[in-house]
Amino acid sequence: MAQADSFTTAPPEGGKSITLGEVTMIVVSLFGAIGALYIAANAYTAPYAFHMVLFALAGFGGVIATLKRYKNRPAVIPQEINGKPNYNYGPIKFTSIAAVFWGIAGFLVGLIIATELAFPDLSMGLSWLNFGRLRPLHTSAVIFAFGGNVLLATSFYAVQRTCRARLAGEIAPWFVVLGYNLFIVIAGTGYLMGITQGKEYAEPEWYSDLWLTIIWVAYLLVFLVTLWKRKEPHIYVANWFTLAFIITIAMLHLGNNASVPVSIFSPKSYIVWSGVQDAMFQWWYGHNAVGFYLTAAFLAIMYYFVPKRAERPVYSYRLSIIHFWALIFMYIWAGPHHLHYTALPDWTQTLGMTFSIMLWMPSWGGMINGLMTLSGAWDKLRTDPVLRMLVVSIAFYGMSTFEGPLMSIKVVNSLSHYTDWTIGHVHSGALGWVGFVSFGALYCLIPWVYNKRLYSLKLVNWHFWIATIGIVLYISAMWVSGILQGLMWRAYTANGFLEYSFIETVEAMFPFYVIRAVGGGLFLVGALIMAFNFYKTIRSPELAAASEAALAPAE
Amino acid sequence: MSLWSKHAIFEKNSLVLLIGILIVVAIGGLVEIGPLFYLKSTIETVEGVRPYTPLELAGRNIYVREGCYLCHSQMIRSLRDEVERYGHYSVAAESKYDHPFQWGSKRTGPDIARIGGKYSDDWQRGHLNNPRSVVPGSVMPRYGFLENAPLDFTHIQDDMKVLRIEGVPYSDDMIAKAKDDLKAQLGDETTVADLAKRYPKVVGHVSNGANGPTEQDALVAYLQMLGTTVDFKLYNEKANWR
Repeated sequence: MAQADSFTTAPPEGGKSITLGEVTMIVVSLFGAIGALYIAANAYTAPYAFHMVLFALAGFGGVIATLKRYKNRPAVIPQEINGKPNYNYGPIKFTSIAAVFWGIAGFLVGLIIATELAFPDLSMGLSWLNFGRLRPLHTSAVIFAFGGNVLLATSFYAVQRTCRARLAGEIAPWFVVLGYNLFIVIAGTGYLMGITQGKEYAEPEWYSDLWLTIIWVAYLLVFLVTLWKRKEPHIYVANWFTLAFIITIAMLHLGNNASVPVSIFSPKSYIVWSGVQDAMFQWWYGHNAVGFYLTAAFLAIMYYFVPKRAERPVYSYRLSIIHFWALIFMYIWAGPHHLHYTALPDWTQTLGMTFSIMLWMPSWGGMINGLMTLSGAWDKLRTDPVLRMLVVSIAFYGMSTFEGPLMSIKVVNSLSHYTDWTIGHVHSGALGWVGFVSFGALYCLIPWVYNKRLYSLKLVNWHFWIATIGIVLYISAMWVSGILQGLMWRAYTANGFLEYSFIETVEAMFPFYVIRAVGGGLFLVGALIMAFNFYKTIRSPELAAASEAALAPAE
Repeated sequence: MSLWSKHAIFEKNSLVLLIGILIVVAIGGLVEIGPLFYLKSTIETVEGVRPYTPLELAGRNIYVREGCYLCHSQMIRSLRDEVERYGHYSVAAESKYDHPFQWGSKRTGPDIARIGGKYSDDWQRGHLNNPRSVVPGSVMPRYGFLENAPLDFTHIQDDMKVLRIEGVPYSDDMIAKAKDDLKAQLGDETTVADLAKRYPKVVGHVSNGANGPTEQDALVAYLQMLGTTVDFKLYNEKANWR
């Protein structure tokens, strides 16, 4: 018999039936591809035509892949095998490998632009190699491509295991992961060709934004329906954070990207908002891309992978409740601290500052909950470099969530804003927290889903130390350069004139830009070691039986 | 029966959790963004602020395309050293026709909110072609590829129509004459004088293109108008207080 969630079009005795998901995928992909080709033929610009051809190829690819899958799959994919959930690891394998790939690509582009700031003629005056086009490529590649794939992989893993249910749908999870990576390719190639709407961290143009919206709704549905299938009465804390991440990012994405395209045949659109309202929308979005994409979602990783790896329950259930609601409530208010002393009204700035300072508490509450989970298992830090990576990531989280509120104070911000201090702050969070918690999760996840033993813990140790030294070089160089430049801008001579011309303050940055590039280079080397480790892991023989340690529920 | 056990309702019902999250995350944005659409200080009218000419608009789109905002701010903060270095602090009205805003968040290069007219066109062109030819210590990339790139303004009227939908006061006349106006700004004194009827204080430029306007022409026109429209000798900062 067909399953409850499948749609029968052929009698069961005639063999397997095609599911509603497969039919929808084929029809929608086909029409989508034809539509994209029509737009490509009438496109105003060559880069836009290229993107529409990419969409068309992806559509035809989707049709072929779905048909092939239908041909090769068994008639019924069981939800359980021998009373155990038949977990769906395919999309997780894909996204974890994609994460490693995009991570290395993103770190490399970061290294290139860091070097360009020290040696500007490195770009040779080529439009697509210039800082202005590569910088969005770097930020999107590390946040949305690397981080996004890590989050898809870890959330799909954690939601299945904590619900003890197979991921909802068969086509839908693949649609989400492949569609998301198509979005990455469209966005990234667009930046190189100069397609951008000029809003930081929201550079993709209207058609990429629409595509991402479709993917995101599908992601929400896969996640929600998996929750509905759960065998556990409670939804585990990691899934609260993931759900908050999915919903809030949807809200922010729609609000900040509201735009009117010049034509369906043009890649160009104009944001509906302007000036001060647009600025506030942008930083409401921008700061909460940090708060929800880079924090809440990665806290979900902390709440699943740290207890799992340490083999200890989460330290405090009550603290996780407070942590969760306080964090998501307060983060949304913090955006205006990006706009201190600007044309934004004072009251908004002060409100943003106040909430940013208050945010310190839930942030550290979460840090404590993560760190104290190791109670009784601290000895494992000596023997398990993966756990060490996870724990150091939480320490970096604590450090950057202390630095953040500090920098949001108006007088501090008057010095730090517009300088490299911000860049250093972002990277202590991005490299130390997001990077390390992702690496730690991947070191757990890839062996688990492939059912292999991790090739080398020694190499993890090398990765850990090389990357840590890289981070320290990076953030200390940016502290010095940022504070130095901030002080130089406001320095006065005894006669009351500004002491330095702008260019003198730029020239003073040179040594720090070189140190920063070295630090970034070390971080990249660490990631390459990780990639090698995964390559050897995946090539190694499979383990006899998968470990089935059940996770304690939140209560 | 402690209060903590009440939390189970969120943990057992995914939709209740979802709605709870949505309410909690919506509040901050509503409070901080909503009022900006009616407060006098954020929807102020200031004498002199005008929509971009077609050439300046095309130039602005190149500014956005090349990601200039990633290193140059266009927002002078109300701090002593900034006002002395860059000029009068930026007011909300000066970016009211900016879709999107380009205030920026980093000053790898200086603020350029009031760069217009500070340097000659020749300096700007030389600087774009090779920044280090005029500022030896600069770390700005070279933008020589703009110099001879023909400006594509086939659809400039469509751009202006979209902006009009979004609230930029382009008149029918302005949109109808857009393509001629674009060339007029690169013409002679008479064409520029005619253009100034629609766009007050507009400054003409000499094209460097052999066969029509170049991308560099447009970008220079945009840079040269930044911060030039408001006369701060006449600006009444108390006019929009409340």
